[in-house]
Amino acid sequence: MSLTSFRFTVRALLRKKVSPRKLRWEQAASSCEMQKRSAGHFTFVPDTPSSSDGETARLNLYQAITNALDLTLSSDPTAVIFGEDVAFGGVFRCTVGLQEKYGKHRVFNTPLCEQGIAGFGIGMAVAGATAVAEMQFADYIYPAFDQLVNEAAKYRYRSGGLFNCGGLTVRAPCGAVGHGALYHSQSPEAFFAHVPGLRIVMPRGPIQAKGLLRACVQNQDPCIFFEPKILYRLAVEQVPLKDYTLPLDKAQVLQEGDDITLLGWGTQVHVLREVAQMVQDKLNASCELIDLCTLMPWDKETVANSVRKTGRLLVAHEAPLTAGLGAEIAAAIQEECFLSLEAPVQRVTGFDTPFPHIFEPFYLPDKWRCFDAIKKMMNY
Amino acid sequence: MPHRTPTATEVRMFVTEAETTSFQPPTPLTRRMPITNKMEFVPANAYDGIPMYSILNRNGKLADGVEEPKLDKDLLVRMYTKMVQMNIIDQIMYESQRQGRISFYMTHYGEEGVLIGSAAALDDKDLVFVQYREYGVLLWRNFSVNQTMQQCYSTMYDYGKGRQMPIHYGSTEQHFVTVSSTLATQMPQAVGTAYAYKLAQKKQCVACYFGDGAASEGDAHASFNFAGVLGTPIIFICRNNGYAISTPTHEQYSCDGVAARGPSYGLTTIRVDGQDILAMYLAVQEARRFVLEQQKPVLIEAMTYRIGHHSTSDDSTAYRSVDEVRTWDEHAHPITRLRQYLLDRGYWSEQQDKDIKAAFKKEVLQNIKEVEKVPKPPISDLFTDVYKDMPTHLKEQMTYMLNHVQHYKDGYPVDLFAKEKS
Repeated sequence: MSLTSFRFTVRALLRKKVSPRKLRWEQAASSCEMQKRSAGHFTFVPDTPSSSDGETARLNLYQAITNALDLTLSSDPTAVIFGEDVAFGGVFRCTVGLQEKYGKHRVFNTPLCEQGIAGFGIGMAVAGATAVAEMQFADYIYPAFDQLVNEAAKYRYRSGGLFNCGGLTVRAPCGAVGHGALYHSQSPEAFFAHVPGLRIVMPRGPIQAKGLLRACVQNQDPCIFFEPKILYRLAVEQVPLKDYTLPLDKAQVLQEGDDITLLGWGTQVHVLREVAQMVQDKLNASCELIDLCTLMPWDKETVANSVRKTGRLLVAHEAPLTAGLGAEIAAAIQEECFLSLEAPVQRVTGFDTPFPHIFEPFYLPDKWRCFDAIKKMMNY
Repeated sequence: MPHRTPTATEVRMFVTEAETTSFQPPTPLTRRMPITNKMEFVPANAYDGIPMYSILNRNGKLADGVEEPKLDKDLLVRMYTKMVQMNIIDQIMYESQRQGRISFYMTHYGEEGVLIGSAAALDDKDLVFVQYREYGVLLWRNFSVNQTMQQCYSTMYDYGKGRQMPIHYGSTEQHFVTVSSTLATQMPQAVGTAYAYKLAQKKQCVACYFGDGAASEGDAHASFNFAGVLGTPIIFICRNNGYAISTPTHEQYSCDGVAARGPSYGLTTIRVDGQDILAMYLAVQEARRFVLEQQKPVLIEAMTYRIGHHSTSDDSTAYRSVDEVRTWDEHAHPITRLRQYLLDRGYWSEQQDKDIKAAFKKEVLQNIKEVEKVPKPPISDLFTDVYKDMPTHLKEQMTYMLNHVQHYKDGYPVDLFAKEKS
């Protein structure tokens, strides 16, 4: 049993004074109640683990991350976790309990310096260790841009394979949070998707976060793992307790449909899920919903296969429009699926402005903007 | 405890006896903080310059009162010959670039003592991170002249597969991390590796070289601070050669060089005469003993002079006088100093000097002849190693390029490149 779920259970047992059997029942019941939690611009719908996944625990996204980190530290003696304020548990609670369990040498604070954190992590990975570095917010990853782009991404290539920093994973909370304004809301994935040598990953929920983070940590390329911070507490699922990974180079088709393909990642997947329902109800059209999961290298085959079937593609992301990842996908898909397309590929994204404070509801590519774009595409 | 305004006496106690009062700062300072009732700003020039450790004078004689260092004759001769070999490789490769045979080169003139002296004091398995002007470390560790040429000529036998500019060497056998052009980026990386060594209780340290210019980068600050705070077995070796391309050090910093920054980050520090290979050797030897024993960092600032141009793309007479360069070349050269030291002790002769120089020259020229005939790597090496395994989109791009080149052979220098492995 993982540290997190263990503490959760113990605390619940102490507080409620219930039998473990009853507790499990209660957990299941409350998880039903929690099926839908709204944060304004989207509704989170949990995934259901398959029955073959074994024992599960009700974890939110940050707990699933802790669980993945816990498994990393327990299974790999070279693994370390570091960054600003990770020792006491992290400003988003992702590393709670890990220092107590694994010691100050393996889970530790660094000085407040992102370029140092990235460089330090690269160096640990060069030595063959597993380095999981945290950037407190994706908005503050830019001081480390040089280390990530010029160093981490090019280490293996430039040395002819003599040296590499494949053991490095950089975690960073990203995306809109309701009131984060310019520097607590950004989605910088496109900056990094332009860099050969990096893998960029963004999960949409706890089950996926655990499996993809474990995959990033084990993968022998440097990975940047963006965690949609609005989901940290809000997204709750029955997460399998066993150690598992999900494939890094595969998009997931979440819902099959015939009339239009909806593509997103992170929180936006939940927006699109709602949009698909609206389209079904109001336009009587069926949407195929795809979570890209890995943003670089991205799974063109799955997206193209879907578009060949539906003839329409809408890509939606929180990041600004111009040169966003949607541009790359739109260009690649029009090249790949030119004869199948019945309407131009549409991108519904953040605007080409900094991410604003009070105007957030007007900035985000919410369900109404996505729905409107689809309506126009269906009538094209 | 209920809140109340502290009295004047208590405020004073807060500073002088921090540990006994409840008004203690949340995290105590790492140094003793004396109290003063006089308002005194610390002037920018409050501290004298850190002295430079030197034992061998310009004429290759031990300075007055210095005890003869107990250094093995073979070691001394090897240090000398490696400096000479390095110097000859530099001369020939520099010429090679002038003739357009290679695209770029950087010499090490004047800094041979810093490099060979430090390399000799390190263990050959200590991992070394460098800037780019540190070929001497590789040479000391018996990196072959042939492999040196393969790299500079970007052949199919270059470990780096011809991807980087000349002089961007790397070798796992020599424990020498591949050079990258980005300045100072290696510094926090070296700290990370040293930390990994500490955790693994490896009996090796990490050495990290950089120039006085690179020390101005933010990554230098990051590395000093991380090394100090996290306590890592690393030796920082700064080559302060007076210039960063055209920028003299007085435009680089207004403090007492790079060494003065060390103690403020918690780094044990020394400044050494980089033209005195014996001082350099002894200082690095002691630094290595210290970092392994204490698992804490050391900073060494080696004062030297860049006698050559910055690179083959630079004419340094545009910003400094030929006289200045000549003075250093003639009066403060590490090679001349050590030669005199060896001659005085009968460890070396003029004839040996002549013979070895001729032999080194011959070796380099022979290797160039051979390497110039070696094909460049196969074109597919453009696409490999971006990731550990080649992703689909790169496979597509590689197939496209190889087909394209087949069809447009005349447009590309295909004959220079090795055939694709089938």
